[in-house]
Amino acid sequence: MKLIEDANKEAVKRILEGEPKLIDILPAREVLKGLKEKMILHAGPPITWDRMCGPMRGAVAGAIVFEGWAPDLKAAEKLAADGGVEFHPNHHFGAVGPMTGMTTVSMPLFVVENTKFKNRTYCAINEGLGKVMRFGGNDESVLNRLRWLRDVFGPQLAKAIRALGSIDLKSITARGLSMGDELHQRNLACSSVFLREVAPTLARVVDDKEQLAECLAFIAKNDQFFLNLAMPMGKAMTDPAKGIKGSTVVTAMCRNGTDFGIRVSGTGDQWFTAPVEMPEGLYFPGYSEKDANPDMGDSAIVETIGLGGFAMAAAPAVAGFVGAGAPSAAANFTRSMSEIAVGQNPEWTIAAMDFAGVPTGIDVRLVVETGIVPLINTGIAHKEPGVGQVGAGVVKAPMGCFTQAVRAIAKELGVS
Amino acid sequence: MSNVILNEIRKGFYLDSVALMRISREVAASPGVAEAALMMGTPANIAIMKNAGLLKDGKTEAQGNDLILAVRAESEAAGRDALAAAEKALDKPKTQGEGAEAWRPRSIAAAVKSIDGLNLALISVPGDFAAAEARKALSRDLHVMMFSDNVSIEDERSLKELARERGLLMMGPDCGTAIINGAPLAFANNVKRGGIGVIGASGTGTQEVTCLISEAGGGISHAIGVGGRDLKKDIGGITTLMAIDALDADPATERVVLISKPPHPDVAKTVLARIAKSPKPYVVCFIGAKSAELPPNARFAATLKQASELALDGRPISKGYDPAAEAKRHARRKGASKIEGLYSGGTLCAEAQVILAGGGRKVASNAAIPDVPDLSAPEANGRERIIDLGSDEYTKGRPHPMIDPSVRDDALRAALKDPSIAVILVDVVIGYGAHGDPAGHLVQIVEKRGSDAPLIVGSVCGTEQDPQIRSAQARRLQDAGILVAPSNADACKLALALVTSG
Amino acid sequence: MSDEKKSPVQKLLSTEVKVLNVGLEGFVKDLKHCNIDVVHVDWSPPAGGDPAMATLLAKLGV
Repeated sequence: MKLIEDANKEAVKRILEGEPKLIDILPAREVLKGLKEKMILHAGPPITWDRMCGPMRGAVAGAIVFEGWAPDLKAAEKLAADGGVEFHPNHHFGAVGPMTGMTTVSMPLFVVENTKFKNRTYCAINEGLGKVMRFGGNDESVLNRLRWLRDVFGPQLAKAIRALGSIDLKSITARGLSMGDELHQRNLACSSVFLREVAPTLARVVDDKEQLAECLAFIAKNDQFFLNLAMPMGKAMTDPAKGIKGSTVVTAMCRNGTDFGIRVSGTGDQWFTAPVEMPEGLYFPGYSEKDANPDMGDSAIVETIGLGGFAMAAAPAVAGFVGAGAPSAAANFTRSMSEIAVGQNPEWTIAAMDFAGVPTGIDVRLVVETGIVPLINTGIAHKEPGVGQVGAGVVKAPMGCFTQAVRAIAKELGVS
Repeated sequence: MSNVILNEIRKGFYLDSVALMRISREVAASPGVAEAALMMGTPANIAIMKNAGLLKDGKTEAQGNDLILAVRAESEAAGRDALAAAEKALDKPKTQGEGAEAWRPRSIAAAVKSIDGLNLALISVPGDFAAAEARKALSRDLHVMMFSDNVSIEDERSLKELARERGLLMMGPDCGTAIINGAPLAFANNVKRGGIGVIGASGTGTQEVTCLISEAGGGISHAIGVGGRDLKKDIGGITTLMAIDALDADPATERVVLISKPPHPDVAKTVLARIAKSPKPYVVCFIGAKSAELPPNARFAATLKQASELALDGRPISKGYDPAAEAKRHARRKGASKIEGLYSGGTLCAEAQVILAGGGRKVASNAAIPDVPDLSAPEANGRERIIDLGSDEYTKGRPHPMIDPSVRDDALRAALKDPSIAVILVDVVIGYGAHGDPAGHLVQIVEKRGSDAPLIVGSVCGTEQDPQIRSAQARRLQDAGILVAPSNADACKLALALVTSG
Repeated sequence: MSDEKKSPVQKLLSTEVKVLNVGLEGFVKDLKHCNIDVVHVDWSPPAGGDPAMATLLAKLGV
């Protein structure tokens, strides 16, 4: 159908033309329009407290204490259960967040601007590994780290970014892909390149040597630091592709630990949801499937722009890590994802595939037609709040989201 | 020196230099092009292109991240064509390297998108899905050979109309055999290449004719299948007419054999009128028809063997084989006088009916030719049965007897025990797609027959170059006491001679 | 005759056939045996075998 083909071409063109740049770090209350006290933004499509999984509830309780809306975790849970806080998806505020994806007023957020389309997106700073709020962690050590990010790291890194003017995220991504990152389960190269870009300026703007060392070490010790930049980069690139009549290209994929949701260009802000699946993968010693929480996080936005599972061929080591088979088979992941994509990204190429571009622009029609669903590289969270990551794997986007989307587009176009 | 210089700039378009060099080389080799280059607009590249006389007025506005397409050609038109070819090559997604070996596309769309040069889809998915897949292939400019059957006549017509609109060949549905440029598609044999083109509305008819020609020293240019219903009124010979156009224009084809069941009279008229306009000689074998009103450049063949001989310009096939003399060497079973034909090949079954009915036998068949009663009709009672074991009633939920010869076993065992049967007539079809050792299977079933069992007469449809090897299959049959004739027509003649002699 | 003037069918008859095999896998082996380029599609019924959805997708141009 020509209308659809043209619309999809336009959607992919807009995605590819994006020029996402990191321009600032600011508290959420200053940048997210409509965000108020006692409002919690979470990962995935909309969800209510009664349907939230364990880690999501744990993170909510932690966020409430962090913001001082309740004196302790117990009181925080009661407040949430009694309807004392409002829940909204990050996506409704132009933001994204990994795993539980907590965003509240005082958290410092990366500000990413797509300078081509002048749209902005936001994401909190990655907390590092171990016990962290994104996996549902909420004890004092978790809250203390968030306080440090709010009071020290965020403002200091912000100074460096402002001094630099902006940092081009697309080119870091291109380099990372050539250095073994797929930008979902592996961000080691991109994080290192990022550190290389900011370190000299950070040294200039931070007066206290000890603080400088802490800031540098924080980035250096966190292999996943760049994930929280890749995500708002993804959203900044796909947002301009929203709302093109007839387009069947996916503009967002995310999950809240209970539901998986997608948005499709031609249907604007409508969510198509289905129960989220369990990741399949490898577990850290001492853990097994029994401990796993269903998949969660807004991070699947990176697959929406051709990274993560779609770029598996760039990161053969990840294929082994997530239990997706032999590293030599990694390219087959990318090839099969290209079956459901409209185009390739000529700026993000994969050396091991003779510089083929990452598959870009998931077409819901092709997903339903071929039965190939998007594969998402993901961390596996423990189902009990606060334990943290217990493994890594691959999760399938549920087919139900895509069949609903196809029917909705057909209806929109008057096809039955 | 040629002097038309054409430049084009693609802003912000990057492709690695190896890929660009490959495209440059291809474009430079196009007709009428003196020089061509696709390069990123870096200062160093601009200098190179300027020195090569590839930049209009010796300059360009391109920047380092822009791609320059430059052509120097003998004419504006040649230059434009070359640029268009370069554009097309640029817009094609990159194909993937050797690792792709292990990867299998899941859809026609993905295969076409990621693999260069595909030009024909061989479709053998279940009938319910076949039309949709064929439509996908045609809309992506692939010719289609559709082996699948159980496709509605409406679908067949709309597919063939779509194909005609796009100038593509739609072979089938229910097309068992084709050979395009030496590529055997579905059930086909390894035949010698040569100047004889075949258009076949039937699978085994095409196989028998191409094999007889090849074994007699001739060669095949192409064998185009059209599907069993192409010459019915509903379809009107769409593919047959396109095949005639193609073989007429094909320099490798000197003459053409057309094989089909008798067409609808209107369609026959159209097709023969088209043949009349051809500069090439035709052999027309409407198997089951006694004759046809043919134009001067066409000759009528009543059997597949005769069609092969006429295609070879009268060179006899199976020269020196004398069925009557052969028959005298074998004693017929006492008290028995009937022939029973048990065929795996549909058109071989039809040829048997032509020859046996022509020889005065009263036959009936489940795949009856004109003037032969259907087995289920009352007048079939008491007639000799010539059975096509490849027809629907035998193959529902089972593979075709050419793939799985055991479909014939029960009928064979029953015929061996039937005291009224003097001769069992069989075919053994080999080649690509067929069972690995059909003769061996047949022998297993019949080797323990008693000394007063019916005689078994057969032929091997295939060539020496086929994987099963024609002569090896024939020997296997002969060693088990089966009388092997050099063609199906000869086998039928031998059967006739056996039941009519002495 | 120059290549550009040839009809698609004439082009097919004058170039190497490169086959996309959709269905029975046995045909692949035969073609490879003859050194014919062939790519096998790992086919399964479209839209998971849901005919209504397959029809809808066809209308949407898949």
